[in-house]
Amino acid sequence: MNAWANIKAIVKRELGGYFTSPIAYVFLVIFLLLTGFFTFTVGSFFERGEASLVSFFTWHPWLYLFLVPAVGMRLWSEERRLGTMELLLTMPVTTSQAIVGKFLASWLFLALALVLTFPVVITVNWLGAPDNGVIFAGYVGSVLLAGSYLAVSCMTSAMTRNQVISFIVSVLICLFLILAGYEPVTGLLSRVASPRVVEVIATFSVMTHFESFQRGVLDTRDVVFFASLIGFALFVTGVIIRNQRAG
Amino acid sequence: MIKVENLVKAFGPKLAVNDVSFTVERGEVLGFLGPNGAGKSTTMRMITGFIPPTSGKITIGGYDMLENPLPAKRLIGYLPENAPSYADMTVHGFLNFAAELRGLQGDARKKAIHRAAEQCLLNNVLYQTIDTLSKGYKHRTGLAQALIHDPDILIMDEPTDGLDPNQKHDVRNLIKRMGENKAIIFSTHILEEVEAACTRVIIIDRGKIVANGTPQELKARSPEGRLEDVFRSITLPDTVRA
Repeated sequence: MNAWANIKAIVKRELGGYFTSPIAYVFLVIFLLLTGFFTFTVGSFFERGEASLVSFFTWHPWLYLFLVPAVGMRLWSEERRLGTMELLLTMPVTTSQAIVGKFLASWLFLALALVLTFPVVITVNWLGAPDNGVIFAGYVGSVLLAGSYLAVSCMTSAMTRNQVISFIVSVLICLFLILAGYEPVTGLLSRVASPRVVEVIATFSVMTHFESFQRGVLDTRDVVFFASLIGFALFVTGVIIRNQRAG
Repeated sequence: MIKVENLVKAFGPKLAVNDVSFTVERGEVLGFLGPNGAGKSTTMRMITGFIPPTSGKITIGGYDMLENPLPAKRLIGYLPENAPSYADMTVHGFLNFAAELRGLQGDARKKAIHRAAEQCLLNNVLYQTIDTLSKGYKHRTGLAQALIHDPDILIMDEPTDGLDPNQKHDVRNLIKRMGENKAIIFSTHILEEVEAACTRVIIIDRGKIVANGTPQELKARSPEGRLEDVFRSITLPDTVRA
């Protein structure tokens, strides 16, 4: 009767839920089509003439901006709407176990979607000789980025039983997390603020940290950034859920 | 088994439950009666640990629900109002999930699922998705989930709501049978149900207990010996504001 057994049971149920409904398949197809489209058409993979997946990873923060909240928006709002939250939280399970279990399940699902992009890795290896270490770091960064957005969506879905509101709020928060370090925005900011201030703001952005992964740098500071963002958002989720129950 | 002391729940300025105290021992079936909005569901949600009380104490089999919720929750089987369940799962998958969270493994889990399905007459829909089931089956799936670990304490919020007369009869008998060695609380609007299945009745109105006794004792309060007259004389319709 330990915590992991509970978390495992919840992860299994959630993942099963994805694949018994059409959500999983629709999501996977859209995700793969869009990554393909952005990498090869918008990102001009072939015209670049270089053996790297830069044109693949560059788009992830923007792609995830809409796709990840679409996965996360139902996590808690649906439990509340259907009343299953009452069932789940009167089981011998702590709120934290339930939150972590539901989060992990969705994260695994997103990781699976990412794994299914393996044909681009094969393609680039077949066409040239890319640095596979850099590609690996890119994938690690991408998984962490998806996890961060997901934790934010988890938090917003705990706030409301309305999935549309949950979706919009999490897109806005994630957009802020992008823009704080997006070059055009930091460029604009540096005209009015000192470079030091701009730099501090940018460290709060997922872009700053995601970019170093794309360069092939696995820096513990970046990993810690994403891990603490996830931890913080899940902690807030717990606070929200406990407060709602306290009425 | 269940001990509730001076339970209070305030939602903003409104007192949904106001100083409720009672105990339920093994072998007792307590019927919870009251008009809509009287605080029945809120009380049950506090006893099962879903919402914390504003003040008061809940002890389940010796464990304090607020300080030591996990061992307390382990003793309870709970059927929430409207019997919520995960609609995308099969009955078997859902019961398996409940059994897993209850710490049942391997053979014990299989047996528990089999027994609960048998008790709640679910065997012919076991591999059907819950959202394809009729209301009666959905309700019994919720009940099976509450019984999966053969709990010492059973708490059910309107267990016969939405069932047809045959199913109501079955559930009532099930409650009566299980009441012999469990502590049971269930809420209902149906007065005859109370007479049929309960050893004790609590009538709650606007958050307060207004009557507590055996069905016979309460019936004796009315000249005609009818529970309905007693109920109507001590509770107010929810349109009346005191």
